[in-house]
Amino acid sequence: MAILEAINPTLTAGWHQPDALDLKKDTGWHLKDYEARGGYEALKKLFGDKLTQDQVIAEVKASVLRGRGGAGFPTGLKWSFMPKNYSGDKYIVCNTDEGEPGTFKDRDFIRLDPHSVIEGMIIAGFAMGATRGYNYIHGEVYELYQRFEEAIEEARAAGYLGKNILGAGFDFDLFAHQGWGAYICGEETALLESIEGKKGQPRYKPPFPANVGLYGRPTTINNTESLASIPYIIRKGGQAFLDLGKPNNGGTKLFSVSGHVNKPGNYEVPMGTPFAKLLEMCGGMRGGRKLKAVIPGGSSAPVLPGDIMMECTLDYDSIAKAGSMLGSGAVIVMDETACMVKSLERLAWFYYEESCGQCTPCREGTGWLYKMIHRIEHGQGRPEDLDLLDDVAKNIMGRTICALGDAAALPVISFVKHFRSEFEYHIQNKKCLVPPDVQRAGSTFHTRLMAGATC
Amino acid sequence: MLSEATLKRIDREVAKYPAEQKQSAVMAALHFAQTEKGWLSRDLIGYIAQYLGMPEMAAYEVATFYNMYDLKPVGKYKITVCTNLPCALSGGVHAADYLKQKLGIDFNETTPDGKFTLKEGECMGACGDAPVMLVNNVHMRCFMTPEEIDKLLGECN
Repeated sequence: MAILEAINPTLTAGWHQPDALDLKKDTGWHLKDYEARGGYEALKKLFGDKLTQDQVIAEVKASVLRGRGGAGFPTGLKWSFMPKNYSGDKYIVCNTDEGEPGTFKDRDFIRLDPHSVIEGMIIAGFAMGATRGYNYIHGEVYELYQRFEEAIEEARAAGYLGKNILGAGFDFDLFAHQGWGAYICGEETALLESIEGKKGQPRYKPPFPANVGLYGRPTTINNTESLASIPYIIRKGGQAFLDLGKPNNGGTKLFSVSGHVNKPGNYEVPMGTPFAKLLEMCGGMRGGRKLKAVIPGGSSAPVLPGDIMMECTLDYDSIAKAGSMLGSGAVIVMDETACMVKSLERLAWFYYEESCGQCTPCREGTGWLYKMIHRIEHGQGRPEDLDLLDDVAKNIMGRTICALGDAAALPVISFVKHFRSEFEYHIQNKKCLVPPDVQRAGSTFHTRLMAGATC
Repeated sequence: MLSEATLKRIDREVAKYPAEQKQSAVMAALHFAQTEKGWLSRDLIGYIAQYLGMPEMAAYEVATFYNMYDLKPVGKYKITVCTNLPCALSGGVHAADYLKQKLGIDFNETTPDGKFTLKEGECMGACGDAPVMLVNNVHMRCFMTPEEIDKLLGECN
């Protein structure tokens, strides 16, 4: 599903909505359409006004654009870490390794507006003196990888990429790199290893990629949506972008809503929009059922009970105050038909499966977590398991090279904290608090199956 | 060992990287080799390694690290179903159950006629379109209701 609805559409303005799933149809993603909606004007303005590298970075800092991949680190500040007087290649890498469960926004940038990402990367390249960029696109959307390559060719043919771009004396070229099924490559240093043709195992930091990155050269890695936000910032100014959102949380953002809502999909709203408003845009809860829990920022973000979430606004500060993270803006909504033990069991399996195996606490710990949750779900849990789960999770946190360890631990700690009685019920009664037929009723597929499809 | 067309595809990837970094093309090269041959044998991985001037073990590490490489033969149509939490909330698991019933196989099995292999997948970044499936690694199918699954199976000849 493409973008469904927006308040103050900024990033998604002009995206054609019908037939977005049909890759054979022209849905307005080509260069001519992008130019018709103001595309590449930011690049022309940059060269026309003879902006300096420092001015571009200052504009991005003023926008308070925070990294849209999940960490929320200020993009302008990140750009300023790149060494200025460096002789040799520097790189810009776009992270489209979108595999955080719940997140599906970057897919729509590549599918419906690939040139916004390309323009953002060229501007980033100029600002940091990089001559080459790579966009790492996860393998599961290989058809969109091919579309992105087509968009690169269009940009190259039009003189936006290559030598002496728009006659301004700036050289920058861009290529797509394909992933092939590894969640860990969304971690920026694992992604660099992967581009180098190796296993995607994260590197120690420091040194940070700004100093020692791709092929040992200074490199900045940004999320797709972050880079796609750059043209607007240069065209309209950093302040205008900041004003779209709220202080310390600039701009609008895409929220990927999945789970038990009537209309799952992507929604663009200003930062600071109440969660209740987003839920309303999604057509409310499926079947009018009661909101039970929300994972507000992708599966690695701590789960929040529905009543706490209903009080939150969608920005980094509000959700952090409530005890979770805005993350990538992946809002996973669960109603009363969801079993929290089974839900956590599936997430725990995911982290166990995707741990790269490099650090012992993560490699072994994710397996222990999964096995314990599995036995609780299957009626073999022990009363002491809940404290043990908490203990193992807290012993993974902070003891691994990358954030996957923390990402595996946070859901466990938060699920047990907020829904402890459900876990206890499982252990004591060897069955779920939510009866199986109620759980099945929550699945759209099952409802449709019962409606008359043959099996 | 590989067709001219596949080698040409690989060469195009190699050209994206600095001359001394041919290894960067290994992921794409293994993908293309798998597409042509159906799966990656040790010999084929060795051939790719040699083609890119990298140690065979390094190419083998890549082939075993990333989930979408098949190191054993698979059916003509490999269907991977996402069952991760966001998809499961919208029928991902039930879609997989429906497929298992239709094909008479479990995850990681192939039908006796060698036509279908079923795999359980992790997040494909399309959770709003659940249930989601990948056909032969590259074709994503969305909103896979029983009717759509029947349609998909009918298209697989």
